This record gives sequence, structure tokens and C-alpha cells, in this order.
Amino acid sequence: MGKFMKSITCLVVLMIGASAFAASGEIELEKAGNDPGNTASLQRGARNFMSYCAGCHSAIYVRYKSIARDLELNEEQLIDNLMFNAERPFETIQASMPASDAARWFGRAPPDMSLMARAKGTDYIYNFLRGFYLDPDSPTGVDNLHLSGTSMPNVLWELQGYQRAVFVAGEADEAGTAPHVFDGFESVTTGTMSAKEFDEFVRDTVNFLEYISEPIRRTRRVLGVWVLLFLSFFLFVSWKLYKDIWKDVPK
Amino acid sequence: MARIESEVGTPQGGFMKWIDDRFPFTATMKYHVTEYYASKNFNFWYVFGVLSMLVLVMQFISGIFLTMNYKPDAAEAFASVEYIMRDVEWGWLIRYMHSTGASFMFIVVFLHMFRAMLYGSYRKPRELLWIIGMMIFFTLMAEAFAGYLLPWGQMSYWGAQVIISLFGAIPFIGDALVEIIRGDYSISDITLNRFFALHVIVIPLALIALVFVHIVALHEVGSSNPDGIEIKNKKGPDGIPLDGVAFHPYHTAKDLVAIIIFLMFFSAVMFFAPDLGGYFLEHANFEPANMQVTPEHIAPIWYFTPFYAILRAVPNKLWGTILFAAAVMLPIFLPWLDRSRVSSIRYRGWIYKMALTLFVVSFISLGWLGMQPAEQIYVVWARIFAVMYFAFFLLMPYYTAIDKTKPVPDRVVYHG
Repeated sequence: MGKFMKSITCLVVLMIGASAFAASGEIELEKAGNDPGNTASLQRGARNFMSYCAGCHSAIYVRYKSIARDLELNEEQLIDNLMFNAERPFETIQASMPASDAARWFGRAPPDMSLMARAKGTDYIYNFLRGFYLDPDSPTGVDNLHLSGTSMPNVLWELQGYQRAVFVAGEADEAGTAPHVFDGFESVTTGTMSAKEFDEFVRDTVNFLEYISEPIRRTRRVLGVWVLLFLSFFLFVSWKLYKDIWKDVPK
Repeated sequence: MARIESEVGTPQGGFMKWIDDRFPFTATMKYHVTEYYASKNFNFWYVFGVLSMLVLVMQFISGIFLTMNYKPDAAEAFASVEYIMRDVEWGWLIRYMHSTGASFMFIVVFLHMFRAMLYGSYRKPRELLWIIGMMIFFTLMAEAFAGYLLPWGQMSYWGAQVIISLFGAIPFIGDALVEIIRGDYSISDITLNRFFALHVIVIPLALIALVFVHIVALHEVGSSNPDGIEIKNKKGPDGIPLDGVAFHPYHTAKDLVAIIIFLMFFSAVMFFAPDLGGYFLEHANFEPANMQVTPEHIAPIWYFTPFYAILRAVPNKLWGTILFAAAVMLPIFLPWLDRSRVSSIRYRGWIYKMALTLFVVSFISLGWLGMQPAEQIYVVWARIFAVMYFAFFLLMPYYTAIDKTKPVPDRVVYHG
């Protein structure tokens, strides 16, 4: 590479690096820290999802059968522990609550969960589920730090207990109005789980949501390693071929 | 009975002669492959032509299989993509190949075009070759735009809404034109159906035709090289350019190495990060299209963002659209804007090197800015970089004419 090429390459690398610093001014999200490779966590997440989410939220692209296959469950375990709302394993996850009723009761039908982790990101869901706080003005009694005015009630209150959000006055702007700045949660009632246990519970649930958003994830990663190994070998062969064919071309 | 030997007698050239008497197979192969001589000192930048052909073929093959399972129906399109991802055997691989391929197509085509700017490949006698190439680029943009609507996600829908509405800025006929493109008063099932037809039939046919013409034109004028000189001017006694080697087996062997390295990059993305952090598959596109809910932040897919940033930098919609179109089309005029005595960056002076660097900076910056929300600070920067982008082209006749150049060698040289 010539000097000019090198400087261009450096520049491009620097610019790509600089773009990574683009930050947003929203409330910082805690990392979910879930691991889709952890089958036990996925199994717990599946149980959590079926017990606490699937009453209202469907996952219409997800078949029970494929969950059993990927989460290493046999058909009996599947039927006994997860299939509360389906007859046959090849069915997809439908919400127990009819969408039309849900829309009437809550203002809008609860969204389908099949792709939520890919649309919103696992960190968002992890923080959202832990972000409900008491708000007497809301029809559900709670609001959410990450989705203000959400029509979703705090279905996990029993586990988490109720919490209050503390807001403090932030720095006043030029007009003299000080914005409300979130300054942490304060526990009001304790739940059946400790804060740590509850975080784990949510993490497992989010993990399951990430899994159902792309069930093929694990397979493609394993296959990818083999493909790259094959290509490396093929690269070696083609390099030898190239060198051999070009050996009589004078520089 | 007397038989005429030459008509029915013993075969003289075998099967190939039989073919060649009826179709110029051997002659065509010689002309385009085994006796097509291209410079022996091609470097890294010269692989992107063949790579874009490779990606085109991959897009055709994966696209055909997608078409077998995809439903161009507003009620079913989104679900059919998930059906491909989850229920169709190897459907996920086909879909990721196609979505990753779309982004890689633009990567290799941008680099292919940048090669031409580095070494002056567009200069006489290759002006027409360059123009055909630019037409391929426009067609490719249309193909990508039509294809992006098909998954029928939120970004498919609203991205198309924004871009189609640009035609509404055209005076007098704008509104009617928008309706004709959409086939409806808003983007709907009808729009989806016609975009599907455009994406799988009309535009691919145009692409094949243009790529064919591009290669015919290339083989007529011959490939350029990193020194920007004509290898045809120095021929050996056998009539073969002294600095040329046959496309096959020499360049094919070299290209094979490049193809495998490329496939490694491609596979790394496809298998380990198919959405590439939201750049190749945008997060919002995992929500089905909803005409009642506008996403809080609409950004086109990355390869359109440099031009989109220019569009947004202009407060007036009509002028924004005009500058958007101008930014896309301006490179067509490069063969006539460039007044330098030399073709290659190797022999140009510092002015062109600086101008090209600023151009790269402005293009990448615009691409980044086009992804950001339309806040004042980003718009101001987009204006600055848009001026740089246009200045590169519009001032080119002046700065290339006064730029000092180095002497050009007679024969190609190797750089370390």
C-alpha cells in the first residue's frame, strides 16, 4: 500500500471509531447480561414467560415444539410445564386473553413478543420490567420509568414488591425551569423475592425472549465456525494455486 | 452414391468444431477470457468488480429461494419472512444471505467506484464504461429501495413513505407522481405488490442487461491499471501487451483468492452478526408495518444515509430533493470534470490527494449524520460536509488543472 492509501485507511478506521462515541441523552439502561447459550436459564425463562407473560402476550411465530427441541425438554416436560394454552406441540404461542378484549380493557392489545428482543433490545426489556413504580394517577396504579404512560400493569409486583421513583430537580435551563431527573427507586413493600433474585428472574425471562426472537442463533454460530474453517483451508489452497500460476510472470 | 466429404464426412474438429461452426464459442471465450489481457500489477482495489458480480449472483440465487416462500401481501408479508426464518429448512440462511448481501453489494460497489476515482479509471477512453457503471449504481439503488419495502416492517414502511414523498416536491406533477408510484393514497398492499414486481423482475432484468453492457464496454477499451497508462501501447512481437496477462488463468486465480477472503468477511457477518448492531438489519424493522404509528426516528439503511443527510440538510423540500438527486448523479460527470494530465493518484499532486481525502471524509461523515436524529447540530454538520461533497466535484476542473503532477512511466510499476 502506498502512503496515501495508508493515510486513507487510518482515517476511515479513526472515523468509524469516533462514531462509536455517539451517545444519547436518555436514561441509561443497565446491561441485561443474559446468556442465550445458558440452557438452564432459558428453561427458567420459558417457565417465567408462560406463567407471567403468555396470559396477555402472544408469541405467534414461536412453536412449542421448537422450544422443546432447543431447550432440551422432552414432550412430557413440555406439555406439563409450558403448554398451558395449546393442544399440540406444533402450535404457536397464543395469548390466553383475546386481543379484542385486551384492546378494550387496556387501550391497546399487548404486543406480540416473538421479536420484541430484536426490536427493542434485551437491555431495554430488562430495565422496563424492573422499571415500574407507583403512580396514583395511572389507571393501573403504576407507571414505568422507561415507557411513560404504559398501559401495562406491573404483573411482577408480587415478586418484586412495589417501589417508588425518586425524582430530584435537575439543573435549571435558561428559562428557569428545572427538569425532573430520576434519582433511583425506593422500595415501598417487599416482594416474595429479594432484589437479587428478582433481577435473576427478569434476566432469565429476557434471555428466553432473546432466544425466541431468533431461535436459530445458536445453530448459525456453530455453523459459522465450520464455514470459516473450511474457507481458511480453501484460502490456503487458492493461495498456492495463485502463486503457482503467477510464478512465471516477471515483476 | 457420391457423398460430399465436407458436408457429412468424418468430423474434423470434433464437438467443439461442430459448435464453433454454429456459434462463436471458442472465439468468444478467447476474446473475453483466455486472451483478454489485463495489467499484471492490479492491486487490492481491483478485486471489487469481480466481487460485485459475485454478490449479484448470490443475490439472484438467494432471492429466487426467498421468492418461493415470501408472500407479497400486506397482511402476510411480515409473517412470511418470520416463516422463512423459523419454519423453512435453511430459510434463515437464505434470508441472511440476501440481507447481508444487500449491504455487502453496496460496500463492494462503493469501493469499486472509489477505485475508479483513485486511478482515473473513468478517463478517456473509458467514459462510457463509467457512465454505464453509474447507471448500474442507480439501478442498484432502485433495487435496494424496492427490496427494502418487502419485509413490511416499520422501517420498510416509513422509510418508503419518506423517500416516495420526495417525488411530491416536484412542481405541478409531484402529487400525481407520488400516487402513481404508490398506486394508492398511502403506502399499501398495492404498493407492496408493485414493489415486489419491480424488485424481482423489472429491475433485475435491467441489472443483468447493464452488467452485460458494462463488461462488453470494458473488454472493448481494456481494463485500466494503478498507473493509469495504456498497456496496449507497448506490445510484444506476438501482439500481446507486454504488461498484460490473460484474464484466465492469471486474473481468475488471483480473483479466487480475493473471493475467498471476501467470503470470510461475508460469513463472519452472516453467521455471527447478521444485523450488525442494527446497521444491516434495523431494529425497528422487527416490528410489523403500522401506518398509525410513526417510529420516533426514521433513518434509511446505511448505504442511503450519505445522500439522505444531504436531503435533510436543506430546509426547502424541493431543493433538498434536487440536491439529493444531484449528489447521486454528479459522479457521472467525472470524466469531464477531471482536467488533470495524469490519471492515477500515484502521479497526481497534493491538491487532488487532499481533495479526495476530504471527499472520503465528507462521504463517511454524511453517512453517519444521516443516521442521527434531525437535531440542529447534526444538520449544521451535514451542511458543512454537503458543501465539501459538492465542492469536490464542482471545483474539480480548477484544482485538477493547476495541480502539479509527476512524470508517468512507460510501463506499469509495482508498489510494495
